[in-house]
Amino acid sequence: MTKGFFAPAVAWKYLAKKPITICVPKEERPAAPRYRGFHTNDIEKCIGCGTCGSICPTEAIHMVEVDLPSEPGNFNRRPAIDYGRCSFCALCVDICTTGSLKMTREYVHIDPDPESFFFIPEEKGIHSREMEEGYARDESSDLLELQRVVMSLLDAKNRVKSFVEMVQGYSKEQAQHEASRCVDCSLCREACPANMHIPQYIEAIWKGNEQQAAREIYRTNPLPEVCGRVCTHNCETACSIGNRGEPVAIRWLKRYALDAVEPSSLARVLKFDTAIEKNGKKVAIVGAGPAGLAAAYFLAPMGYQVTIFEKQDKAGGVMRYGIPAYRLPDEALDRDIAVVESLGVEIRTGVEVGKNLSLDQLKNSYKYDAVLLAVGFSATRSTQIPGSEHPQVQQALEFLAQVRDWVRNPRGQVPRVESRLIVIGGGNVAFDVARSAARIQKFQYGKVDVRLVSLESREIMPADLEEIEEGQEEGIQILNSYGPRKIEIQEDRIKGVSLVKCLSVFDENKRFNPTFDENDARFLEGNGVVEAIGQAPDYSLLPEHLQKELEIVRGRFIASEDGQTSVPWLFVAGDILNGPDIIHGVADGHRAAQGIDEFLGKEAEAPKKK
Amino acid sequence: MAENNLELTRNQKEVELFFGPNHPGMHGNFSVHLKLEGDTVVQAEPVPGFLHRGFEKLMERRLWMSNLALIPRICVPEPDINEMVYAMAVERLSELQVPPRGNWIRVLILELARINAHLMSIGGLGGASGLYTDMYWAMTERDWILDIFEKITGARVYHMYIVIGGVRQDLPEGIVPFILERLDGLERRLKEFHDLLYKNPVLHARLKDRLILNRSMCEEMCITGIGLRATGIPHDIRRVDPYAAYEEMDFDIPTGEKGDALTRGHLKLLEVEQSIRIIRQVLAKIPSGPVRQKPLGNALRWRVPAGETFEHVESSRGEYGYYVVSDGSEKPYRIHVRGASYPQGLYGVQRYMPGTRIEDVALWLGTMDFCPPEIDR
Repeated sequence: MTKGFFAPAVAWKYLAKKPITICVPKEERPAAPRYRGFHTNDIEKCIGCGTCGSICPTEAIHMVEVDLPSEPGNFNRRPAIDYGRCSFCALCVDICTTGSLKMTREYVHIDPDPESFFFIPEEKGIHSREMEEGYARDESSDLLELQRVVMSLLDAKNRVKSFVEMVQGYSKEQAQHEASRCVDCSLCREACPANMHIPQYIEAIWKGNEQQAAREIYRTNPLPEVCGRVCTHNCETACSIGNRGEPVAIRWLKRYALDAVEPSSLARVLKFDTAIEKNGKKVAIVGAGPAGLAAAYFLAPMGYQVTIFEKQDKAGGVMRYGIPAYRLPDEALDRDIAVVESLGVEIRTGVEVGKNLSLDQLKNSYKYDAVLLAVGFSATRSTQIPGSEHPQVQQALEFLAQVRDWVRNPRGQVPRVESRLIVIGGGNVAFDVARSAARIQKFQYGKVDVRLVSLESREIMPADLEEIEEGQEEGIQILNSYGPRKIEIQEDRIKGVSLVKCLSVFDENKRFNPTFDENDARFLEGNGVVEAIGQAPDYSLLPEHLQKELEIVRGRFIASEDGQTSVPWLFVAGDILNGPDIIHGVADGHRAAQGIDEFLGKEAEAPKKK
Repeated sequence: MAENNLELTRNQKEVELFFGPNHPGMHGNFSVHLKLEGDTVVQAEPVPGFLHRGFEKLMERRLWMSNLALIPRICVPEPDINEMVYAMAVERLSELQVPPRGNWIRVLILELARINAHLMSIGGLGGASGLYTDMYWAMTERDWILDIFEKITGARVYHMYIVIGGVRQDLPEGIVPFILERLDGLERRLKEFHDLLYKNPVLHARLKDRLILNRSMCEEMCITGIGLRATGIPHDIRRVDPYAAYEEMDFDIPTGEKGDALTRGHLKLLEVEQSIRIIRQVLAKIPSGPVRQKPLGNALRWRVPAGETFEHVESSRGEYGYYVVSDGSEKPYRIHVRGASYPQGLYGVQRYMPGTRIEDVALWLGTMDFCPPEIDR
């Protein structure tokens, strides 16, 4: 002890130092910028997906219903946090699909009321005051995978040479990887017109159980081979991952599930009951498109004797005669139709209702108890501009049907495609036309010269983004915001189309009412024109007395939710009820099947009561 | 002597006493059931269970990622080792490669945590021996270190920063000068700890050549860490089986000879010096690049391939390990925590505490770095 004597005095020097502790803090100590304090949540940005609650290790987050509208891609619920349980780990912030959930630097809350520790975070934190933002997620702490597993496609150079299917499908590893991006929030299911069990089949794929995935898919959709390829995928638009990254490739996963199950073993996998007891009732379905096939699929297991009448040579409707083969090959469609037929559904092709036999005959002579009309939109709309009546101006649906016939039978007549083609329209059908024409041009002339004129600007073009991009890769030139005024004809030949600039497409009430700038006109040279501005119904099959009885507004039927019209035995489904879209058709078919079952079930009960 | 004392009976003035769980000298929620003759302990029975929350079982019901919020709670003074061994086990089973920068940041965090734990322990030593100034100083210094944690990880005690695949986020801007400033301050204080505590005649009288845990005792009980190093064996997992970026660090392993309580206490201070040395190296030479490699998919669907592994690290108390079994699902099948102070906490208390005096019980537990959650897991 060398310092022995003075050692106690050493401590005295600290008397002169400024103390580092204070008795009563006047100001709160500011927390570090990354501090994990109380939460805030941007209620407008939040979509109520509940992923924060799924990752929460302490089950501190519960979703509670709030006074907001529930819409596709947005639930009317928001996270509520129980600070009695919260461990401030911020995993909820790391995984938040929108980035709405954040943390502040606020860390003091004292209240005798225990209820105050359970609250729904809003933009202002727990004490409704401005607090600096605390912990924020960055790339390395992000717990979502934002990039999609890339789907392998045929490259543009090769695919434009043929009608071979361009999407090549996922492998098992790829599908499981893609499925592992799903957060199981069910927003997709709410957005899907058919309310497919999407989270369930994605989970089954993730777990490597494709058979279970197929069973989940077939609960609501008998056309997964088709929908796995060409669905408009409202589900992906609603997908919560899409808020910050690329949505889960739900459509490709559906396709993968069916790719992975052998078609020959499908009936066994789906556990179909082949010995269905018939209930003695007969249902006629007019049209073997998506809605008709779906309705038949759901009616047959209920015991109904179902017959589909199809005017074309093969079943499938627009799926067979509209969508090009590079998107939807016949084999895929055949597999779906085979499943419907395996349930005992009879499809009578080449029978046109309204021509070969009438609706009244079906009901009165052939004694069908109910008839479902699912004829689709079979006519193409015309621009009605001068020159559009010229016989060389082609219509989209007829052209596409010719192309598919030719693809099925390459020895037949090659559809007529001019060397310099103009396609009028900006939707998916216009791209189907343009891309099919490009393939035929490549075959016939060795080069592609297709120009697509769209009334809509690029931002509001109704076609899918991938159609636009893939079309451009294949050499389609797109001219946006121009409307056709006249198809110039000289010496009975098409010379081109006169265009004017389109300023706006929709009016204030969001109704189609385009305005044009007449000063900005241009001429597009070309020797062929295809009109693809939309489809329309053809109700010539309806007998006169039914045309009077039924309510049809702007081409669509007014019917009950399950498709029952004012004529009780007549149900409608598909395009003629809800507009052209395959998945809507499937959903309508399902609902109509339930409606028919309810209607005929009641009818069967009624006499017993007497 | 202890053996004979066990045969004493009540009528020979034996007193029973529960030391803890509510006792200021007790290191956490633990109790030692003592039998005393006069001031001398004749029998000591460890009584665990006051802290049992079923950590291991709880982990089996949580996602691999969600466990991040649970594991640090197994050890309050040094939570980061739990995160580290857990992450190492998952990375081993998943064959994830942690980027170099991630590994270097892990070293930084682990060494800061070691300083943290040792300061708490040094403070505890002062508290248990009546030197309260030392306790206040140590706890204050610890708080300065916690400020660094707050800036890097967003929390002071439960950092949840070392995660599967690396670390959660890169270091914030401007943190290096801040850490250096705090380390300079700590280094200045270390000398004062040395003068105040380890030169203190009272502590010498109570700890020097007392509460000895010699080499054969350590071997018998599988005691690692400072307990073993105090007997002269330079056993340190950072050197024996390097993890993170320890292979690239230059540091010494302080050892003692006698294995007495004063040596054990002093080694803590020397280890803090070495930790500062390591941190300075990290700050000077840390490579750039990403800090984390994540498994495929989102965290709700992270799966660890089926298999089992044991990973260990050098905690402030010795070898600390997790035995992890995965059945290939999104949750662990079984996790076993091998706490470093398990042997001395149970067998050590029972076998080697008898013979000490009542006032040294807290010191015994303190110098042995006993941590109850390592038993109640």
